[in-house]
Amino acid sequence: MPTISVDKAALFKELGREYTTEEFDELCFEFGIELDEDTTNSDRPIVDGKQEPPQLKIEIPANRYDLLCFEGIALMLNIFLGRNPLPEYKLTQPAQMERIIVKEDTTKIRPYVAGAILRNIKFDPARYASFIALQDKLHQNLARQRTLVSIGTHDLDTVKGPFTYEALPPKDIKFAPLNQTQEMDGEELMNFYEKHQQLGKYLHIIRDSPVYPVIYDSNRTVCSLPPIINGDRSKISLNTTNVLIEITALDKTKLDIVNKMMVTMFSQYTLEPFTIEPVQIVSEHNKETRVTPDIAPRTAQAEVSYINQCCGLSLSPAEICTLLTKMAFRAKPSTTSPDIINVEIPPTRADVLHQCDIMEDVAIAYGFNSLPRAFPDISGTVAQPLPINKLSDIVRVETAMAGWSEVLPLILCSHDENFGWLNRKDDGNTAVKLANPKTLEFQVVRTSLLPGLLKTIRENKHHSVPMKIFEVSDVAFKDLSLERKSRNERHFAAAFYGKTSGFEVVHGLLDRIMAMLKTNFLAEGETPTGDSYYIKELDDPTYFPGHSASIHVIIGGKDQVIGSFGILHPTVLEKYELKYPVSTLELNVEAFM
Amino acid sequence: MASDLTNQILDALSASDAPILSSDAFPSTPSLNVKSALDRLDSRQMVEYETLEKEIVTLTAEGQEIAANGSHEAKVFAVVLAAMDGLKISDLPGIVGKENAKVGQGNAFKRGWIKKDKDLLRASADSIVDETQQQLLAVQKTKTLEDKKVLADLKRRKLIGLAKEINFKITKGPKYAREFVKEQTDLTPEMIANGSWKTAHLKPYNFNAKGAPTPSGTLHPLNKVRQEFRNIFFDMGFEEMPTNRFVETGFWNFDALFVPQQHPARDLQDTFYISDPAVADGPREDPPNDPHRPAQLKSEKPLDYKKYWDNVREVHEHGKFGSIGYRYPWSADESLRLVLRTHTTSISTYMLHKLAANPRPARFFSIDRVFRNESVDATHLAEFHQVEGVIADFGLTLGGLIGFMEVFFAKMGIHKLRFKPAYNPYTEPSMEIFGYHDGLGKWVEIGNSGMFRPEMLEAMGLPKDLRVYGWGLSLERPTMIKYAVSNIRELLGHKVDLNFIETNPAVRLEKD
Repeated sequence: MPTISVDKAALFKELGREYTTEEFDELCFEFGIELDEDTTNSDRPIVDGKQEPPQLKIEIPANRYDLLCFEGIALMLNIFLGRNPLPEYKLTQPAQMERIIVKEDTTKIRPYVAGAILRNIKFDPARYASFIALQDKLHQNLARQRTLVSIGTHDLDTVKGPFTYEALPPKDIKFAPLNQTQEMDGEELMNFYEKHQQLGKYLHIIRDSPVYPVIYDSNRTVCSLPPIINGDRSKISLNTTNVLIEITALDKTKLDIVNKMMVTMFSQYTLEPFTIEPVQIVSEHNKETRVTPDIAPRTAQAEVSYINQCCGLSLSPAEICTLLTKMAFRAKPSTTSPDIINVEIPPTRADVLHQCDIMEDVAIAYGFNSLPRAFPDISGTVAQPLPINKLSDIVRVETAMAGWSEVLPLILCSHDENFGWLNRKDDGNTAVKLANPKTLEFQVVRTSLLPGLLKTIRENKHHSVPMKIFEVSDVAFKDLSLERKSRNERHFAAAFYGKTSGFEVVHGLLDRIMAMLKTNFLAEGETPTGDSYYIKELDDPTYFPGHSASIHVIIGGKDQVIGSFGILHPTVLEKYELKYPVSTLELNVEAFM
Repeated sequence: MASDLTNQILDALSASDAPILSSDAFPSTPSLNVKSALDRLDSRQMVEYETLEKEIVTLTAEGQEIAANGSHEAKVFAVVLAAMDGLKISDLPGIVGKENAKVGQGNAFKRGWIKKDKDLLRASADSIVDETQQQLLAVQKTKTLEDKKVLADLKRRKLIGLAKEINFKITKGPKYAREFVKEQTDLTPEMIANGSWKTAHLKPYNFNAKGAPTPSGTLHPLNKVRQEFRNIFFDMGFEEMPTNRFVETGFWNFDALFVPQQHPARDLQDTFYISDPAVADGPREDPPNDPHRPAQLKSEKPLDYKKYWDNVREVHEHGKFGSIGYRYPWSADESLRLVLRTHTTSISTYMLHKLAANPRPARFFSIDRVFRNESVDATHLAEFHQVEGVIADFGLTLGGLIGFMEVFFAKMGIHKLRFKPAYNPYTEPSMEIFGYHDGLGKWVEIGNSGMFRPEMLEAMGLPKDLRVYGWGLSLERPTMIKYAVSNIRELLGHKVDLNFIETNPAVRLEKD
């Protein structure tokens, strides 16, 4: 969730009163944003010899792009508090509308563009900073680090329309980028910004493309090379009065949202507040010729009965409409149907997709904590554990009662821990492997519980010996026959670490668990009666030669190997940095389901 | 022998009822030995004693030497006096020793006992009084020294030191007897068999010490908390979901939950993607022999998975079920990528979809491991446990969710809740649950909850009026708050201290 820093004094001035930290925290809580920090009593940074004034750091829900700047927070809180109505945003009708003409080649790299003009805007340092910061926040969040959408803002008085949006080979684009004096072509620019702290991370978006997107004015001045950088010529400053906003995108919906946010937040500073000059987009090849931005409210209908049912209220349509006003909607009861209200969703509220979003806003305006509370009636549901968990609990409790301590290591481990260190080979068909772990500790999903047990012993050498530990949990295997190409398997494993090998101790634990699972020991030559088990000497490089056994069960007449136990091979101990002998037991408990 | 000492003490007391002092009766026995004998007698009420501590003055080795043979200066005077014609200064060390010569000569001059005559020393008195020796002899005898100035002087000269002397004042106890009877350490089968228990003296039990440690196995603390949560769910009629499935598809983990494909949660920074196996199949019926398939769903009619897939695509791409959707080109490939589940809500989704075969009220829960590609620190691990609950019913209200949470959290001892509007892609309304923590004196976020979005439920084929609550919290966080564990690595994973596991008390959430 994004966190926005706003000037405390300025915000309270906008809200028309002072708040204590607690009062403001309460207001945020009710509205659904979160006051992270009030820096009044903190060490604030000193910039240019002046200490930064107290800031409020506010956490914003990820879908409320209209709260990503000071202007939006102040506006929406004022509306919530009933101090302001929602502004009426208007498009002006210029005699000659500015145009952006889109060339077809842009479909190869970044097909969509939109524009808007804020005419006669008056910046001051705070507004200007907020204008820049909003672009930054939109780039980071909604625009997914400029991949989906990017914004360029220009001093309209330094360039001349109509503008063209083109896609050209990098060598053919030449200009001086923002705050540079020297001209460079597309390739040179990539090299120039390669190590740049802010811009370097965006280069990959277009770098390897044969054509780069570029916006020219009618004099072939480069306005911007989206999504990387603007041209120096058209850069805006505190004194700019006419701002051209151009936005390019891969995603049309997000392009629209970004445009709406930019103009609704900053049109309040134009000579005639809340007016926006539109820009004509000419894009015949993909049928995207249109006038932008589209700031008309979206009309939607919501059912009174649905809202009341979900909230547990019995509000009249008029009451619902009044509550919705606090959330920046204009709503009116339908004249034709008593169960319908017509809701105008303002351009600022891109998060509203369904009437459930409107219903939630009614609940917020009413106050979550004021809603009538009730305990939902039990409609006769039956409690029951998951069978494999019930079985696991039997094994866990019996093992603990036998004097073993339960541990809970991690499920992810390194490839070596799972294979090489146990003298096991990876046949490529066993383990689920991760594509993007941040560390080598997490390369595979374990296929055995042993690595976790052995690491637990390694980290607990300060503990007295013998150590007797166990775990009952899942491992996972590749299984290409299944939808998810893998499956979990519930295992039980135990490890003994001490001055003796403990071979007989883990063997005894196996016998105990088998007895508790009503599985009889089958001596050689005996005929099985009921479920039974037997063990056989095993040749397995994980174990010390001659001191390991496979565990066989006969359940429902089916004879299967479910695991093994033995003294670990000294080379395994060496890898896991263990000084004393270790005996382990591991088996699949799913056979007992 | 110590046991002899107990009898010696009893002997020493036998003469009269007057108290005796250990320093008088057993001057050469170390006080530790005396104390252990006295304790043994005292615990049987045969004697009573009082410990007397006194600061005493002791002689250092040099002090003892002077007390015995005189001070350095007295020795020097003696040899000078003995040499009738004076003593050559250079001969002095050879006669009295280097140390005596150095210190003694100076002191003897200072006191006017000897004088220098060219290279000779001559006595200037016929006899002297060696005060130092006398002072030290007195100290040796009384172990005290009243004169503070002399005390300081002798101390500075490292002839004396201060020490503590422990002395015991011993009197007869109520059960005093002349002899210490041999005691049995424990009641034995033989004593019961031969009747000797009737006359036997059993060694008194030490009620101030702990008993013998009992060898015991133990369950892991986090699993103990998990069991408490499970019991709460069972109390409230919940069925446990089959969460034994770590690997999920983008479809079940995200798309079916109406999480858009560009959502940050789907970034490589946040989610573990699987490189091998690489691609999943589209959603389809479980294999009939799957032992983990929920029992009560086995007999349901088959579901239309193709329709479900198409509904999900449409609701993202163009909108459906009254929603305008996210309006972006939805990618089937993205949906078929395999991930380690980032939440158990993927399983809730699977269960709710199954419910569409026969929509009816249901309560599901699970507590199991989830995975996030996080950088590990004190509060984050790449794995943790998610506690999740789901209630599906007709006509559910938001106030009902709040009311349910109050009962649910009261069962774990949290009685003051408040709810904050929040955002979650798959629930609307979404509420963050805050509980008041008395110990910390503040509101703490304890979970997330909400009503699943119609875009998610109706795509499954569930009827519009079947509403579903979902809520979740991590198992680790409340455990860390309850038991003041500051680092998650002390609670989960191989670095957890086995001693912590073995000594952690039983978990009683409603009480602790």
